Amino acid sequence: MEPALVLLITCFFTASIYLLLSKQVIRMLLGIALISNGVNLLIFTAGRLTHEVPPIIPPGALTPAVATANPLPQALILTAIVISFSFFAFLLVLSYRAFQELGTDNTPEMRVAEPVDQPPPPGGY
Amino acid sequence: MAISVSTGVDISRAMVETPLTAADWLIIAPVAFPILAGAILLMLRKRVAVQAAAANATLALLLVLTAALLAHVAGAGPQTMTMGRWLPPFGISFSVDLTGALLAAAAAAVAFACGLYATLDVDASRLRYGFFPFLLMMMAGVNGAFLTGDVFNLYVWFEVMLIASFGLIVLGSERQQLDGAIKYAFLNFVATTLFLIATGYVYGAFGTLNMADITRQMAAPPPGAPVATIATLYLVAFAMKAAAFPLNFWLPASYHTPRIVVSALFAGLLTKVGVYALLRVMVMIFAEQRGLLADWIALMAAATMLVGVFGALAQTDIRRLLGFLVVSGIGSMLAGIALASNLGLTGTIVYAVHSMVVMAALYLAAGIVGRRAGTFDLRGLGGHYAASPWFAGGFLLLAFSVAGLPPLSGFWPKLMLVKGAIAGGLSWLAAAILVTGLLTTLAIIRVWGFAFWRGGAEGIRDGAENWKLPPLAGGPAWSAYVSFGALVALSVMIGLSPEPLARYALDAAIGLSAPDAYVGSVFGGAR
Repeated sequence: MEPALVLLITCFFTASIYLLLSKQVIRMLLGIALISNGVNLLIFTAGRLTHEVPPIIPPGALTPAVATANPLPQALILTAIVISFSFFAFLLVLSYRAFQELGTDNTPEMRVAEPVDQPPPPGGY
Repeated sequence: MAISVSTGVDISRAMVETPLTAADWLIIAPVAFPILAGAILLMLRKRVAVQAAAANATLALLLVLTAALLAHVAGAGPQTMTMGRWLPPFGISFSVDLTGALLAAAAAAVAFACGLYATLDVDASRLRYGFFPFLLMMMAGVNGAFLTGDVFNLYVWFEVMLIASFGLIVLGSERQQLDGAIKYAFLNFVATTLFLIATGYVYGAFGTLNMADITRQMAAPPPGAPVATIATLYLVAFAMKAAAFPLNFWLPASYHTPRIVVSALFAGLLTKVGVYALLRVMVMIFAEQRGLLADWIALMAAATMLVGVFGALAQTDIRRLLGFLVVSGIGSMLAGIALASNLGLTGTIVYAVHSMVVMAALYLAAGIVGRRAGTFDLRGLGGHYAASPWFAGGFLLLAFSVAGLPPLSGFWPKLMLVKGAIAGGLSWLAAAILVTGLLTTLAIIRVWGFAFWRGGAEGIRDGAENWKLPPLAGGPAWSAYVSFGALVALSVMIGLSPEPLARYALDAAIGLSAPDAYVGSVFGGAR
């Protein structure tokens, strides 16, 4: 099962890096969405894949009878999903607002903060 | 479970049963109070009148709390508080050692000064959109990052800090800000994603996320664990957070766009959290892998210093010039991490404290200059020395401090780093630090020459009577001068009497390179 997931994660990362290298902000957003899901799958796989055995300890015993699913990676992923989703939502709104204000979603054309045609600094007075 | 066998933790005692002492609460207080106050201020965001007073009271309390925590840790050694009373590595620990406590105290001092300055710089509409709640949430994130003992928890605090800083950087939604925020947000998101990938690998390899537990297991890493890969990923992620060359491009693109008080906070605090994470993860946990990467870190350090200072020399906007000086300072801190000797690490920690204070103060000074003159462009500035000689004197002190001239706070860490570099056989790194110092002097003295010393803007003859600067307007002018003066005084104080800070930093450096006390505070006593 792990090799299949590793291949899937590779696909996620490849696609997201390709999209993040794009000039268009909207493609970068898609890259962000993909890369966060890729990382979630990576954590899931890193926590080892097991059959679906709930972590319930039988009455009278101190430890579970068989190896159970590890709940910690799921907790980590849940946290990561919440964070990456809120980031994605923020970035989406930010990009849309920037598109409205700057009139472009092409990053090389976004030069308001760092204008290209600046004269050199004064040499003396 | 495999974890507990390898660490020798007695899992039959999974819960901490002894009651918490008041000192334990001190560990979590610098995180809990800003969150609480931030939430309350968010509810009161329509009541503009109470925002500044309540936030500044919270920041003052935060300064007291972090100072008390620093005093406590300096006396009693590293302290650990474990959430929910589950023993580590099951519960999430907050572990504070001198490095974290020292940086948290310095951060609180800078935040207090900036909070005071904000009463002048932040207008009512920005207050209504939640400037102070964002500021307090960011402080919670910064303190959480400094104090946590769990690497996934560190990721969470980074994100808390980041999302609050997004709020601060776009507040006002000017065109420049939106452009800067896009670059800031996307690149920082990529950095934290790399951090999360590395953390996923750590969990897969070690089965634990507790930093003390990983440190302990690193004595004999699990066979097949990709530790070199993990360490490299962490290095890239945190170097990007700290704005080290060649991952620094988001910083000069964005730091000059928001209100100047936000720039001051970012320059003072955020990059230093990246440096702190490098110290914690690369020096303490992955010490051996840091050794393998040391040459690369040294190259990165020299390149960051020089790229930063050359960038500063090429700017006409003071705010952008200062942004490049922030990058240059990060290079000096990386030099200490590349050396990793006690002297080098002490230099890095003292430099981090110095840089927090001085960079924030320089941004505040730029804010005062820009507000009075109506521009940040060197060509349009002049006459500030004639207008207010005391303020100009303070700026000159800061200029000497950032350049590293004695007897100011920038001199001592550079001395340690140069000595450390020569002792470590990296004379070229020492030379890079000294050349950077010279070039920094040129860059910052040009600001002094143009904005302060000459009589008026470009084309105005010196001594011309028609050049009058308006007084500071828009809010209480004293708050700007008091916050600026307090930071200058702090820099001069560190410069004249570096002994207490250097001693704390040396103890912190020893604690990082030999983390027995840190690990012991988590596992040893198992209170």
